[in-house]
Amino acid sequence: MEYVNPLTGLRIDGRRPTEMRHLKGEIGVVSKADGSALFEMGNTRVIAAVYGPREVQNKGQQMNNNEALVRCEYSMANFSTGDRARRPKGDRRSTEISLVIRQTMEACILTKLMPRSQIDIFVQVLQADGGTRSACINAATLALADAGIPMRDIITSCSAGYLCTTPLLDLNYAEDSAGGPDVTVGILAKMDKVTLLQMDAKLPLDTFETVMQLAIEGCKAIAQYIREIMLQNTKQLECRRGS
Amino acid sequence: MEQRWANTWRLTINEKQFIEEALRSEIRVDGRRLYDYRRLTIKFGREDGSSEVQLGETHVMAFVTGQLMQPYRDRPNEGTLAIFTEFSPMADPSFEPGRPGEAAIELGRVIDRGLRESRAVDMESLCVVAGKSVWAIRVDLHIIDNGGNLIDAANIAALAALSTFRRPECSVGGDDSQEIIVHDPEVRDPIPLTIHHFPIAVTFAFFHEGNTLVMDPHYKEEAVSGVRMTVTVNSNGDVCAIQKAGGEGIVSGDVMRCLRIASLKASEMTTKIKEAVETYNAEVALKKVKRHPSLIAQKITVPDVEMKEASFQKTKKLNADMENSPNQTSTSLTITKDRDANASIGRPLNWDPYSSSAPAIVSSSTLPELVGTSKESNEDQMMQRDEEYDPSLKNDQIASATGVSSEFHQQNSPPKSLKDAVKPKHKRKKNAERGAR
Repeated sequence: MEYVNPLTGLRIDGRRPTEMRHLKGEIGVVSKADGSALFEMGNTRVIAAVYGPREVQNKGQQMNNNEALVRCEYSMANFSTGDRARRPKGDRRSTEISLVIRQTMEACILTKLMPRSQIDIFVQVLQADGGTRSACINAATLALADAGIPMRDIITSCSAGYLCTTPLLDLNYAEDSAGGPDVTVGILAKMDKVTLLQMDAKLPLDTFETVMQLAIEGCKAIAQYIREIMLQNTKQLECRRGS
Repeated sequence: MEQRWANTWRLTINEKQFIEEALRSEIRVDGRRLYDYRRLTIKFGREDGSSEVQLGETHVMAFVTGQLMQPYRDRPNEGTLAIFTEFSPMADPSFEPGRPGEAAIELGRVIDRGLRESRAVDMESLCVVAGKSVWAIRVDLHIIDNGGNLIDAANIAALAALSTFRRPECSVGGDDSQEIIVHDPEVRDPIPLTIHHFPIAVTFAFFHEGNTLVMDPHYKEEAVSGVRMTVTVNSNGDVCAIQKAGGEGIVSGDVMRCLRIASLKASEMTTKIKEAVETYNAEVALKKVKRHPSLIAQKITVPDVEMKEASFQKTKKLNADMENSPNQTSTSLTITKDRDANASIGRPLNWDPYSSSAPAIVSSSTLPELVGTSKESNEDQMMQRDEEYDPSLKNDQIASATGVSSEFHQQNSPPKSLKDAVKPKHKRKKNAERGAR
């Protein structure tokens, strides 16, 4: 199947190879949570809710007295994919992605400022069309900012692939399930450091470097967008306070 | 998560500080250099498809089994490969029995990505009837001792086990040619898996905010480090999988540096694994050969005890003759001599009109040929021709000789001798082993 049209150079959804999908972010969607956000990357829609810092619920889990405990739970809604299937809660993929998101966010949260407390991040995928991991991390960043939790830097994530000898940015589900390589990168935007890096399927070393650089560029573009969203949100809050 | 943090509990603050300070001067806990691997030993179990790997103190076992199952709906003509991990509580005090924790799942998925997504194991050759029946290969990884760097050790164990795994041959037959017949391993040789390349996992641990990196982290280094990255590369220079699940940030230049170092190490590891597998295969082949002399001796005793003595005298004579022949191989002494002796038995006894055992011996002498030495082939071909000319051959004896590759079954019921008492036991054990798989 031709994922990149040889004549026009466009992909199956009409994008250019280095073009990202349409982004949309919204803060404050879950009223009960301390911080929440909705993030859309094309057809992928994800909601993140943050509770914390609050008292540690399960004292047995609290390992380190000097740092906050960060917990994360990733789940996909039954209606999120094409066929409505009952997903077991603790299946291996969900556990791995929860682990990945938790460790990624831990890298940027200043946990030492909140000892003996707990921060919960819940991420729910409403619509899955490829790149759910990245969308979840972006949504979690916005939600943490909304909750006012001190962070070192904002973390953004984007995926890239390599099909028909072309590096492609931001794969959707069809391109992802083509069996080609899928590189997901998460960076600390200002510090320009790679926190999350996952890859599957084979790639020669040089091609991998190109694809990774493309994904990093994508992450920087998302970081730009997230900063705008946060600025807008702050302005709205200012207006509401009437200052 | 609990497993990860439990490591830090047992390390005192002094130890942590010492490890970090020592790494500033590139000194590691066990005296290695930064990019040195610990000693690697690969051993194999009794059955095909089981391996045991020791990387320093880390001890991992892998078992590969196969079963016929229905394929996935979206991949109807491909077999399946599943990896299951078992973090035994004896390996580490923080491992809990029961459901696999996060670390176990992460390890399983990293190895799974390296093997399955990178197409290391050929899945299409595992298809029997498209859409209905394919081979489902299951790899079970058991962690026996956690000395650090479980992912690398488990990956090597999985690769070694997959290289020595043999699946039974099956063919499609039956009335409507939809029935699948799985051949007994004693009837037809089991087939190895097709492995296109060896993805080797290499784990790095970062310290001092990504400035120092070490390879093959020790258990204590893992507890101290802020972040780990596992890259799976093969010796062709391809990157098969990368897993850096969060933790401190590193510069992208460092990522490429790690990949380059890893590809160097990967070729070393691949050669080690391949050597170990070849040694094991050679041993297995030798074991199969050694069983034959006892079989042939047994068949000689079939009709007549007196015949045995006469034949032994003749073998002594012919042994002397055979030693002068140019076909004599000097490699495995007793084995080839026995085979030569048996090959030579066929000729004189065939001329003997009183021997009813002649067919048996002639047919059994073709067995060594099937094990596969080209040097004996000329002689054995002559044996086969003699066999054809002899009209008194029993059909089942021919079938037993020519159809069998390496195993033996007794078609006729001989008068019982001591060897008879011994042999069925072996056969029962053999079947039980195969059945248990």
